Amino acid sequence: MSADIKVDQVLDAKGLNCPLPILKTKKAVDSLSAGQVLKVETTDPGSKNDMNSWAKRTGNEIVDVEESSGTFIFYIKKSA
Amino acid sequence: MEQKKMAIIASKGAMDMAYPPLILATTAAAMDMDVSIFFTFYGLEIVKKRNAEKLQVSPVGNPSMHMPNVIGTLPGMTAIATKMMKSMFKKHGVATIEQLLELAKESGIKLIACQMTMDVLGIKQEDIIDGVEFGGAATFMDIAADSQISLFI
Repeated sequence: MSADIKVDQVLDAKGLNCPLPILKTKKAVDSLSAGQVLKVETTDPGSKNDMNSWAKRTGNEIVDVEESSGTFIFYIKKSA
Repeated sequence: MEQKKMAIIASKGAMDMAYPPLILATTAAAMDMDVSIFFTFYGLEIVKKRNAEKLQVSPVGNPSMHMPNVIGTLPGMTAIATKMMKSMFKKHGVATIEQLLELAKESGIKLIACQMTMDVLGIKQEDIIDGVEFGGAATFMDIAADSQISLFI
């Protein structure tokens, strides 16, 4: 599914720990236009819950999540 | 969704106690909340100029550190404990206190230094980093009264 997603920006937050993945995601999403997609890569095991909470609170949509060998990949669509 | 507000009191000046207010504040701001931090007593150490990187961890009176108090009191042990903790934070990709403070300012978090404790501790307004406002209990209470989240750290 994620192969079909058009990514507008990529954020490498691998190796970073709480709260940096969220702070950097927020900054990156702010730089996008509504409807554009940010791909975020993290290795913080807490980031899965954190990213969902952040998206719920800010109204941005996580359109897909992938997980492979300790890396999480989030596709976040900026809300209008 | 109506914007949520958070008001934090930062009252401790040890490095490990400077993290929670700054982590929660920057995260709340990233979650579109309106955040204020009120620095009082030893929490003022966090916002003193060129001081954020000098905050230390105490190995004394901290049972969780698994070090006998008598060893913790030896000269240099505070510096060693601090160095160890800083390297652990760095290894795990955690931001430094200076970085979080910078991010806090960037994200528009309101920083307020307690004027009364500054007077008592002999801290002048020019000793405090730029971008910090000054006020007292009423300033904090006014913000806290409108906040959904209020923490004393």
